[in-house]
Amino acid sequence: MADTPNDRLRQQIRRFVIDSFLFGQDELTDDESFMDGGILDSTGVLQLVGFVEGTFAISVADDELVPANLDSVASVALFVQRKLSVPSSSAASVC
Amino acid sequence: MCGIAGVFDPGGDLVDACVLDRMIDAVRHRGPDGRGTYIDGPLGFAHARLSIVDVAGGHQPMHNADRSLSIVFNGEIFNYVELRDDLERRGHRFRTSSDTEVILHAYAEKGAACVDEFNGQWAFALWDRRAQRLMLSRDRLGVRPLFYTRVGRRFVFASEIKALFRHPLVARELDLDALRQTFTFWSPLAPRTPFKGVFEVPAGHSAMVDVSGLDVFPYWRIDFSAPAEPLSDDACAEQLLALLQDATRIRLRADVPVGAYLSGGIDSTVVSTLAARCGHTQPHTFSVTFDEQEYDESAYQNEVAAFLGARHCAVRCSPQDIAGVFPDVVWHAERPLLRTAPAPLFLLSRLVRHHGFKVVLTGEGSDEMLGGYDIFKEAKIRAFCAARPCSRLRPLLFKRLYPYLKNVQAQSPAYLRTFFRADRDPSNLLTSHMPRWEMTAGLTRLLSAEVREAIEGRDPYEDVRESLPGDFAQWSGLARAQYLEAAALLPGYILSSQGDRVAMAHGVESRFPFLDHRIVEFAASLPARLKMKALNEKYILKRAAGHLIPRTVSRRRKQPYRAPDARCFVSSDRPRGTREYVDDLLSPATLARYGVFNPAAVAHLVARVRGAQTPAAKDDMGIVGVVSTQLLIDQFVGHFS
Repeated sequence: MADTPNDRLRQQIRRFVIDSFLFGQDELTDDESFMDGGILDSTGVLQLVGFVEGTFAISVADDELVPANLDSVASVALFVQRKLSVPSSSAASVC
Repeated sequence: MCGIAGVFDPGGDLVDACVLDRMIDAVRHRGPDGRGTYIDGPLGFAHARLSIVDVAGGHQPMHNADRSLSIVFNGEIFNYVELRDDLERRGHRFRTSSDTEVILHAYAEKGAACVDEFNGQWAFALWDRRAQRLMLSRDRLGVRPLFYTRVGRRFVFASEIKALFRHPLVARELDLDALRQTFTFWSPLAPRTPFKGVFEVPAGHSAMVDVSGLDVFPYWRIDFSAPAEPLSDDACAEQLLALLQDATRIRLRADVPVGAYLSGGIDSTVVSTLAARCGHTQPHTFSVTFDEQEYDESAYQNEVAAFLGARHCAVRCSPQDIAGVFPDVVWHAERPLLRTAPAPLFLLSRLVRHHGFKVVLTGEGSDEMLGGYDIFKEAKIRAFCAARPCSRLRPLLFKRLYPYLKNVQAQSPAYLRTFFRADRDPSNLLTSHMPRWEMTAGLTRLLSAEVREAIEGRDPYEDVRESLPGDFAQWSGLARAQYLEAAALLPGYILSSQGDRVAMAHGVESRFPFLDHRIVEFAASLPARLKMKALNEKYILKRAAGHLIPRTVSRRRKQPYRAPDARCFVSSDRPRGTREYVDDLLSPATLARYGVFNPAAVAHLVARVRGAQTPAAKDDMGIVGVVSTQLLIDQFVGHFS
């Protein structure tokens, strides 16, 4: 079965998180919390935002910097997908 | 201050003198001034002496007049003068002027309860010949180390684990559960040590060993349960200052000169100032400095030294220096380390010894007892946020804790709330420390599949929960956070890896006025508002002693003691000797041979750190943790000699 756009997004995000914050060989489930799992430290959130903005050409507003958008592979993928489908001027935060 | 070792074989044969010699040789650095052994059938004692009190008469092992009691003792009983007066009034006659003999007479008078009256830092073994019973005891906060193991019916003990390993029957094997604890809490939780079958007498505990077995029991514990409301802030500050002055005074008791460490912060400045008020000689102070501005406090150190009129010496510490001595540091610490911070203190004790000093006063303990750490402020803000979960303003207080961390400053209130676990269930008794512990526990992903499988399914936090006092849930948030810090990190890391072990590596005894049990008990009885007023840490100390020290120090923002970490080991400008040992320890072949870490995971970590301008805090800890664990295995399991 072909990958959906969301699957591909998840793969890209998972790869980035593993490369940047884990140690290469780890399994990371889509719903594992970056915070509760000790995966992201204080520098990690901004690295993740930088990756999302640079890779998907979107802009993340201050009030979108919330765990609901950025605390797991699944939530980041959903957030990015939503941003890509909505013109940036009317993008709404999800909190 | 000294090193001790011994063997007790209840109902067994004569102890082998050669084994005792081998054991005490392993801790000779703790006591280069003299050596003694004593064998009484199944009991053998060995002692390496650092002469500080009663230089001429304090030889050990020491016995009472009829030789029914014998002792080997590491440490100091600072109130021995007062205890001796009291014992003499009760008819005891002394042959020396040492504190060691006071312990013997105090035991003869009160048995194991004698330690209740001691004010000091000790680890001793006392042989009661009539009862054929061995008593071991360790001071209240765990300043002095004391380890033991059992080989069949033999009980083997020593100041350091390396002495136990000199006994031919003691096995050397890493304890994987202790490794997991270290990669969560920064050290194993007592009585566990990094090695299987080797235990420590926990802080505030004594032990009895006889033919019926071993009984380890607490005689003291920090109690934050019922803070009393003092009469006034001024009365409270006055009492704290009086206690601090006396704690410092009795810690100057020595027949050799006493120096002081100066970090540049308020605690060591207060201690040095109070010591100068007691003394008649010019103070002598010692500091660590760094090339890197983010770690260096030399401007403050120099200011305090000038203020005291002290002769001041400093050791400048580079990443290359740290990497160069790190194998020695691990050898002395005898545990994996997640920070290199003990290494500069190892270099500092070498400097102290080079200048002919054996004793230094330091400011450790103040942050734990009087609320100095940011982790306590986090706990306070967390409770403040929990009281009004909808508030967008309250989480912004977290930014005030870390003004130097740009990434924290950039985060939204919602993220701060999550990052600092403000939404966590407040009934979780460990909440204050969970962010630190969970972040550190992320490093267990570096462990090999075999090790992860071996430790899987065990909840490391349950080990902490089981050790909590019964009424812990009723304590305030600050009290709970203080207890966790004082019960785990203080004895397991601050007083050990950063304290006794790196100081005694060069035969230097550290003394801690803030850890005088009278101050600890007084501080524990203070309401939270006197320790942290709003977010002003150690408020009562500043009120008590701020006027005695330079204003620039009393008003400066607290700077945590840190040293360069990962880049000491993986930067491109490592000196030749360092490059070789680190590259070997981190090579896939050595990692695979030792079996603790996943070589691919370590390679990934190393590559990431090499490519980073500033490694993430977790990656810093990961590199130091892997290097130190590999060194530990190499030195203690692989090539122990």
